[in-house]
Amino acid sequence: MKKSKILLGTIFIAIIGLITVAADHIDAPATQGTSADITDFYAFQGEDTNNLVFVANVQGLLSPSATASANFDSNVMIEFNIDTDNDNFENLVIQAIPKDGKMYFYGPYAPTSVGLNSTVFEDAVKSEVAITAYGSEPVIATNEGMKFFAGPRDDPFFMDFAQYGAIIGGNASGFNNPGSDTFAGTNVMSIVVEVPKSMVGTSGTINTWVESKRKQ
Amino acid sequence: MKLKTKIYSAILVLTTFVFVGCSDNDGDSIPVIIEKDFPGTYVQVDQMGRPAVNTVFVSGASKDAFNTTTPSNQGAMFQSMFEANLTGLSPAYANPGDKNALGLDAATFTGLLATDVLNVSLDGKTTFFDGTNVLTGRALADDVITVELILIFGGEDGLTNSENPTLSNDNVDANDKEFLTSFPYLASPW
Repeated sequence: MKKSKILLGTIFIAIIGLITVAADHIDAPATQGTSADITDFYAFQGEDTNNLVFVANVQGLLSPSATASANFDSNVMIEFNIDTDNDNFENLVIQAIPKDGKMYFYGPYAPTSVGLNSTVFEDAVKSEVAITAYGSEPVIATNEGMKFFAGPRDDPFFMDFAQYGAIIGGNASGFNNPGSDTFAGTNVMSIVVEVPKSMVGTSGTINTWVESKRKQ
Repeated sequence: MKLKTKIYSAILVLTTFVFVGCSDNDGDSIPVIIEKDFPGTYVQVDQMGRPAVNTVFVSGASKDAFNTTTPSNQGAMFQSMFEANLTGLSPAYANPGDKNALGLDAATFTGLLATDVLNVSLDGKTTFFDGTNVLTGRALADDVITVELILIFGGEDGLTNSENPTLSNDNVDANDKEFLTSFPYLASPW
């Protein structure tokens, strides 16, 4: 009985270990399992097609029981970067920083410097939304045509990651059919921002990416 | 005497005003010292553009470095590693001249991927790939992993006749919860 429990525990840890080492969700040693770990990034046209939606998810693989106590880290800024002239330098940023139960947003604004280090330009357009509590209806704030949300959501990512790990590890020759969604039943901490397209360009293509930055 | 009292009361009123002003520490009533809500410098630890790129194409020892390299420098620093890992991973790139379903050979494909940004169209449909539109965004329901598997393992005819069919689809095609049609679009947590 005890032995099988220990064995089961070992297998479980091994599976979690596999996931932690390889998933994009938890992709690198320095961020793995931390509050600054970005799991996914989405950018798509909104319900109102004049708008663009940015989604950044952090802290992946939260079980329902772990979600109630999950928090955004007040020392971690999430920064959406937007390159409007295709040189892969950010022309605009939207910064999101949590404080005292709220998520504060600055931008979109043109940063005075680009790159790995950021400061908050507090003269930029400032918006805020109360961080939605687990189990509550989503709190949505609007400001200057933008919409804001921050709080736990179902992880929208889906993939048979466990089988991918088995293939890469040389323990399987291909995917199963049907596959099994490794991320089913898990949550993430989400930040969702919807902005009028006119704030980030007029036409054509933008390049965009998301960064997590820790306060020094 | 009267004047003194007046001065005292004036000081008292003034002091009170200042104290009231101070206790309202939003800074609104003190024009000189405005405390910043978020002072200091924030230093990058993680970044992401396209899904699963760091996971699949960046070698273990370089994952942190990739996350702290600006996209403008990623191509020059990491393209050759991406190409080595792609050709090592997929038999669909085993022969010279091999291409994927987008008509990209290993060097061109990894040149695209190594700069880890998400391209987003302001003009219309935004999707990772829907059969017609390629890399015009990333919507929640997009089956991005299967798209990437097709481009990695599928070969020239990957969409219809993959060279490695058991590696070109993970057979998980949708999320475990329905997305919302309205903001915030993501489903409620479990």
